[in-house]
Amino acid sequence: MTTSSMPVPAGAPTTTEPAEAPKQTRARRRSPRLKQGQANWVVKIVLLVICLLWVVPTIGLFVTSFRTADAVNSSGWWTVFASPFDFTQWTLDNYRETLFPTGRENGMANAFLNSLVVAVPSTVIPILIAAFAAYAFTFMRFKGRDTLFVLIVALLVVPNQVALVPLLQVYGSLGLNGTFLAVWLAHAGFGMPLAIFILRGYMQTLPRSVIESASVDGASHFTTFWRLIIPMSVPALAAFAIFQFLWTWNDLLIALLFIGAGPNEVVQVNLAANVGGLGQGWQLLTAGAFVSMIVPLLVFIGLQRYFVRGLTAGSVKG
Amino acid sequence: MASLTIDHVGKDHGATRVLGDVSLTVADGELLVLVGPSGCGKSTLLRCIAGLEELSRGAIVMDGVDITRAEPRDRDIAMVFQSYALYPHLSVRDNLAFGLKMRKTAPGEIARRIGDAAEMLGLDALLDRRPAQLSGGQRQRVAMGRAVVRRPKVFLFDEPLSNLDAALRGQMRVELMRLHQRLGATMVYVTHDQVEAMTLADRIAVLSQGALMQVGPPAELYARPTNLFVARFLGTPEMNIVGAAAAQASGLVAALPDTVASVGVRAEDLHVAPGGVGAQVDVVEHLGPEALVHLRVEMIELTARVDARQVPRVGERITVAVDAARLHCFDAAGQRVEGRQATADSPKLGIGKP
Repeated sequence: MTTSSMPVPAGAPTTTEPAEAPKQTRARRRSPRLKQGQANWVVKIVLLVICLLWVVPTIGLFVTSFRTADAVNSSGWWTVFASPFDFTQWTLDNYRETLFPTGRENGMANAFLNSLVVAVPSTVIPILIAAFAAYAFTFMRFKGRDTLFVLIVALLVVPNQVALVPLLQVYGSLGLNGTFLAVWLAHAGFGMPLAIFILRGYMQTLPRSVIESASVDGASHFTTFWRLIIPMSVPALAAFAIFQFLWTWNDLLIALLFIGAGPNEVVQVNLAANVGGLGQGWQLLTAGAFVSMIVPLLVFIGLQRYFVRGLTAGSVKG
Repeated sequence: MASLTIDHVGKDHGATRVLGDVSLTVADGELLVLVGPSGCGKSTLLRCIAGLEELSRGAIVMDGVDITRAEPRDRDIAMVFQSYALYPHLSVRDNLAFGLKMRKTAPGEIARRIGDAAEMLGLDALLDRRPAQLSGGQRQRVAMGRAVVRRPKVFLFDEPLSNLDAALRGQMRVELMRLHQRLGATMVYVTHDQVEAMTLADRIAVLSQGALMQVGPPAELYARPTNLFVARFLGTPEMNIVGAAAAQASGLVAALPDTVASVGVRAEDLHVAPGGVGAQVDVVEHLGPEALVHLRVEMIELTARVDARQVPRVGERITVAVDAARLHCFDAAGQRVEGRQATADSPKLGIGKP
């Protein structure tokens, strides 16, 4: 066995090593696997705790929204689990009262529709304009393009609140206060810089040769945009649409300022008014909160796959 | 079909000169291959023809019409990209139809042309698939189909085969030649692969550092390279280039005129022959029907192409001789020196022994 005493060059295969080697490698191989397993458990426990922390209040909210006023005032929501089949403590009245209140004219049902009327255009308008802008910033050559883009990105730093008073004055002189249009424009403006930034970032990752191929094939910028860029940008468009929709749906400040209370009031304004007006009506508030949560939940669950799926697969090699 | 004239074309990127001053004509129905090492400007030239890059100087004329400033879509050209550039969200059928729809071709005509192209390229079974569901070779075929259905005046190919594996590349090369014969179309083809250039081209244009080195039929470029660059670039293995002084001192070649600074010998023109110059065999590469023998004559390293039945062993001492009629002579600037007078008086070889 003179060969084993010969110097083995660095990186030589381990098969030439003497008999103890296998044991060593096995030990070496086992330890990272063990560590990995431990890390997995830690991660799982942390995730579980976070989930519980997040979900418990929501469950409390959910349970409370179905309890009668008496039950809510006499015991905590967790007590229902002791006797879940005692049907005298359950009721749908909270939802009825919130959606179609007997005393007031503006219920949650009306506000719900208003919220949709506000949130959908507030999502579509900025995305449409931002997609056009992002296309121009990515695929068209014009003077001052980069400066303009930097300017738009710089707007991300400006807090929205800075614009509120001037906007109110402008809307006041134009007679727009209290209309849906006022909120659409405000949301569109506030959402635009981020939309342009995100969409341009995404479009830059699209294979340039595909766009060049389209131009050689005879497509104008307009057709390239609609027929190629929009379908290929669906993941980014969907991602931004989800965010923008959730922001506008959950927004209280802008809706309160530019629409306020009244026949046009949105869910969040209605809910806020309930807190003030029905300070004691816990059960009604929880029902209202749940109504306001339905849409964000549906939006997120329904469109979640767009975060995962990439449409560009297969256009270029690989 | 059309002819294409590239007239003193230049292109700068800021201060860097990508293309110097290139003039070329592509005849109607000709397949011209632009070849050169990476960064030589061949792709830029192609993109200039396509209209994807603006020229800094010069003009491009197609069929007598100046298209220098025309938009890509107004040029009636089709381009096949290295990355295929298929539209990922469209089926193969819609990929093929895209260019025709853009040009407002009648639906019946579109269907007919897609049928023709699909048959020609063997895409019939794939028409309803998405690009992501195709293999590399199939994607390449779709990319070619997309150009074929357009029936453009000029086809441009930008290294279309470089993403395929060797076997598929050979197969597609044959298909491309078939396509060219069948369509008889004017084509400009860019590649860095000199084998591709030699096999496909009617004429080859060799580019280096943004300048045109030589244009001509493959056989002519191979037989009579005008400068050292072309001599080295075309042919595998690379041509043996030896300084004139060393070559004469070793006895490989007879007396050369003073203007000759270096000589080139192709591997197949270096023969293992009795009575030649003594050489030591270094390495032997077996290629099947033949072998490449790397050998040394004194300090000069040379490669010879040898028939497989006469391959010498490594370490063996043999004698080699140069086919003097096929000696390439270059001056100090690397330009070809017409070898007639240079070699006529040195008949077959230098029989001087070490």
